[in-house]
Amino acid sequence: MTHRFKLAGAAALALTMGASVAQADVLFWSTQAKPVEEAQAMREQVLGNFSDKVDYQPNDGGPWLTRLQAELQAGSGTIGVLGALHGDFSAMDPENLVDLSDLGVMSSSDTFNNLAKLGTDDAQYIPWMQASYIMAANKKALEHLPEGADIDALTYEQLIAWAANVHEATGEAKFGFPAGPKGLKHRFFQGYLYPSYTNGVVRTFASDAAVTAWEDFRKLWAHTNPASTNFSFLQEQLLSEDVWIAFDHTSRLAQAFNERPDDFVAFPAPAGPTGRGFMPVIAGVAIPKTAPDMDAAKALVAHMLKPETQIATLKATNFFPVVDVALPDDLPPAVQAAGGAVAKMSGAADANPGLLPAGLGSKGGDFNRVFVDAFERIVLANQDIRTVLDDQKGALEAIMNETGAPCWAPDAPSEGACPVE
Amino acid sequence: MNARYLPYLLILPVTLFLCLFFLYPFILVAQQAFSVDGGWSLKNFEDVIGYWKFPISFQNTMLLAAAVVPVQLALALLMATMVNRMKKGRDLILYVWTIPLGISDLAAGIIWLAIFEQSGFLNSMMQAVGAIDRPTNFLSYQNPGIVFLAIALAEIWRATAIMLVILVAGIGLIPKEYYEAAEVFGASPWKRFTRVTLPLLRPSLQTALVLRVILAFEIFAVVAALGGTLFPVLMGETYAYQFDLLNNGAAAAMALIILAISIAFTLIIMRALRVPKGATI
Repeated sequence: MTHRFKLAGAAALALTMGASVAQADVLFWSTQAKPVEEAQAMREQVLGNFSDKVDYQPNDGGPWLTRLQAELQAGSGTIGVLGALHGDFSAMDPENLVDLSDLGVMSSSDTFNNLAKLGTDDAQYIPWMQASYIMAANKKALEHLPEGADIDALTYEQLIAWAANVHEATGEAKFGFPAGPKGLKHRFFQGYLYPSYTNGVVRTFASDAAVTAWEDFRKLWAHTNPASTNFSFLQEQLLSEDVWIAFDHTSRLAQAFNERPDDFVAFPAPAGPTGRGFMPVIAGVAIPKTAPDMDAAKALVAHMLKPETQIATLKATNFFPVVDVALPDDLPPAVQAAGGAVAKMSGAADANPGLLPAGLGSKGGDFNRVFVDAFERIVLANQDIRTVLDDQKGALEAIMNETGAPCWAPDAPSEGACPVE
Repeated sequence: MNARYLPYLLILPVTLFLCLFFLYPFILVAQQAFSVDGGWSLKNFEDVIGYWKFPISFQNTMLLAAAVVPVQLALALLMATMVNRMKKGRDLILYVWTIPLGISDLAAGIIWLAIFEQSGFLNSMMQAVGAIDRPTNFLSYQNPGIVFLAIALAEIWRATAIMLVILVAGIGLIPKEYYEAAEVFGASPWKRFTRVTLPLLRPSLQTALVLRVILAFEIFAVVAALGGTLFPVLMGETYAYQFDLLNNGAAAAMALIILAISIAFTLIIMRALRVPKGATI
């Protein structure tokens, strides 16, 4: 009897599954909002009121690209809309993405809209949401701030002194850095350390100013929790108080602010000799040329850019809108804290934004590896800074020459491939 | 049905399966490794071998195999002889000993991470007995030796059972008469082990070692869980090429290098432990 029930159940399941396939939901294939709660919020709050049913499927970058490439190679696919970071799209052949210029929606930032063209004349993706990297601290650390330091206008020197004070007072190194396997350490070097010390990233990679930057980073590392090489989401260590001062992506700090909003403060990244380097992060939505239902896919892209959808996305993912919207007052604590810090950072008089690497195509990963390798050799293996930089310079030069990518801010513009000086 | 063709017919499905899901992908991977922009080239191999981390990851992989496999071999032999002597509870002990075999290697890595990490069992235990004042972080870049030890321990715990199972089966096949004869001539238990068990166990030892050594070169998940990026191994670098750098050609080249190492060691083991012609159990 039970056996028969099971059979009937299986048959019913098979039937419903068959039915849902026949209905052809729009498949939203994304590298963003991967944590279960975020994905669920995307499905319910962001995509729930779209006219068609949307199947939101977030995945890691590797599997995400593997399936997409398989569909592109096969010439037919099931993915309707792609959601990913700028770097993911710039690694793709623009030919494989549908031109979206005639869609009539775009972000309110010209920089973002230009990045979204991926070097062509048309928008290959539409900017969808943005974030940045900020600093966060446990309020217990505030009493150890060096004298005269303003937490909203710190310098690297003051940050190192602060971390040293905390180290001395507690006996533990309590600065936290996302140096884990999935941590976003390379963005710190590309968008924060290098612009702040050398006013460049590629041109100045092996300059004397860069040597100073790494020397200072070593000083900071002396007061950094040595377990940082396992940290990838600093919100965990902030909550466990293994770390009192941390640098990370806004969405990787959000949980700490949301769980204990009264215990933590968010503040801008520090400034170096050449300004306050910081890097905006941008995610976009695009349509692969193999999308099964082009109209539904375009309608979904337009839906993602509506002001109310953008606010729902902000609440679901802690990524900020890319269009002009009036933010409501009932935002989660993490959004309020991060929003304030990002605004102070980009509005600072000495702000020196370092844009995301552009024009590197599929070499984006290799570009990041140059910086990660430099970190592992200089900081972890304690090799000579000058030797390492001169050695890594060769790898960087090879990447720039192979891709022919021109310089991006804060490097001075170049004709042709950005030179490593 | 002609009986002569029956064996071929029976192995046909598995042959087809292997050709389709092993041989064909293997040819594609080899093609990918040896081609750059459509032309034949060794550039992929030059790139991966010239990378500064390659010698380190090669050395780490070899060191780990050299440290882990002999210990596992000794342990598996010891355990297999013990099991063989048991009259009661033999099955129960075998089941318990092979439990780690049923756990995926990533899960095994995470179990050992729970022991060694800063808030792990080892730290809380040592703190409870007063050996340390506050939790220390064992698995950090400052203690490469402990990272190595933790990985080796996890591997020994996880993968000794696969050798054990093969050796238990092999020992069971050795006829009792040899032992009786040896005993009659007054051979000590150690002599019986070295002169009867070991030589007659050669075919099983061969299988067990080949399997284990190949798996040792493929170590990945345990290292990823316990060492992160602190302990680069060949397989981890392959993964990084494929999924972090999206460089299929370099990943394929790494895979072929691992394959070449595996084949070389398989041949060495087969040769060293070959059963002399005409000799049978």
